Amino acid sequence: MSKTPENPISETPIVRMAGLNKYFGDLHVLKEVDLTVTQGEVVVIIGASGSGKSTLIRCINGLEPFQGGTLEVDGQPMATNGTDQQTLFTIRKEVGMVFQQFNLFPHLTVKKNIMLAPMKVKQEPEVIANATAERLLNRVGIGNQADKYPSQLSGGQQQRVAIARSLAMEPRLMLFDEPTSALDPEMIGEVLDVMRELAKEGMTMMVVTHEMGFAREVADRVIYIHEGKIVEEGKPADVFDNPQNERTQAFLSRVLAH
Amino acid sequence: MEFEFEFDWEAMFKSIPHLLEGLPYTLMISFGGLAIGFVLGIIFGLLSINKNRLLSWPATAYIEIFRGTPILVQVLFIFYGLPDIIGTSVNPLVAGIAAIALNSGAYISEVVRGGVQSIDRGQTEAGLSLGLSRRQTFWSIVWPQAFRRMIPPLGNQAIVSIKDTSLFSVIGVGELVRQGQVYIANTFTAFEVYFAIAVLYLMITLSLSLLLRVIERRGLVSV
Repeated sequence: MSKTPENPISETPIVRMAGLNKYFGDLHVLKEVDLTVTQGEVVVIIGASGSGKSTLIRCINGLEPFQGGTLEVDGQPMATNGTDQQTLFTIRKEVGMVFQQFNLFPHLTVKKNIMLAPMKVKQEPEVIANATAERLLNRVGIGNQADKYPSQLSGGQQQRVAIARSLAMEPRLMLFDEPTSALDPEMIGEVLDVMRELAKEGMTMMVVTHEMGFAREVADRVIYIHEGKIVEEGKPADVFDNPQNERTQAFLSRVLAH
Repeated sequence: MEFEFEFDWEAMFKSIPHLLEGLPYTLMISFGGLAIGFVLGIIFGLLSINKNRLLSWPATAYIEIFRGTPILVQVLFIFYGLPDIIGTSVNPLVAGIAAIALNSGAYISEVVRGGVQSIDRGQTEAGLSLGLSRRQTFWSIVWPQAFRRMIPPLGNQAIVSIKDTSLFSVIGVGELVRQGQVYIANTFTAFEVYFAIAVLYLMITLSLSLLLRVIERRGLVSV
């Protein structure tokens, strides 16, 4: 997918990662990862489970500390072995995240799920937060579910609420951690549709997914990670149709075979 | 020898006004102690899961000590032992409330710990990702969910503590059992009076169970 002229990919980097190393105890999960994401770009990260792709995006909003290298998000440098709370707070206000398990707040209605952060973090008055929540729920196609609790919605609807909840903070970057992996097959489409729309509107996105069709169609760049290393990256057409690295070839032949 | 026992209803009913004089004490010790115990439970329960060992270790020590010693020993210690150190006698009512508070506080700490730890990490991650501070994430996301899960074990503890107050007859607080003992000493109607006392305890605990069930049903819309 190409960008519309109003939303070109700029040259301003929003994520700048260099020589990033991450360990879980003795396990070396991310090895010397270099990655720059510019504003408006849609980057899809693929790889086998356990390859470190989720960990990679979790480093970007500080849910995981890293042990070596440099990482700058939206101009804010993060520190090795744990960034200070103030910097994390500044970054997280600008970076939204959508989780595999949705992680909606079960004790709050759909609308309150969306209103919570704008009211607590940005001190938005309730009327404004309420209006934003309604607008976003309509945008993700579930305006009529505002007063239900998350458990009363289908998985696809829940994930769309989670996307709306992130959008309410008007993030400059959205991270998606396998957003459709926990969904029944018939609900995957509705979530991908919302993501497709977001990409079209120029949102900067990093998406970890197994949905190769989505990656091919929406990504500006596809990154293949193998055992904590980026072994191949490029335009979707190049990566999918003409992979250079044999690891990528093997992975793609496995996932595209069926 | 022929032996016939007949339940003396009249004796039982006559004892009730006398027993009821003890009811305010039973309720005061129970609910006063539990209210303080709840505060202690939140404080020490949360401290016990703090990453800082300087905070978690003393909290765990408190929990283990007051959970691992009999409440009867605790109240005797407070009432008879403590005056030796502080140089002044302890009011039996205060001793009773303190014993229930410290004892239930230790158990409630564990209830709080279990409740908080049962909430999925993803909830915290979602809160932090949205830009909420750790404090905001805890109090507006984790705690309300944890608290709902804590209601049944809290009810359980309340019932246990209410019954524990019966032990405090030994320090002379005029609660239900003490009132009964005094009455029996004059009338020799042990069967009837202890029966009445048991019924009174049951009335307190059953009303509490009922109340908790209503709260639980209303509170558990979505968890």
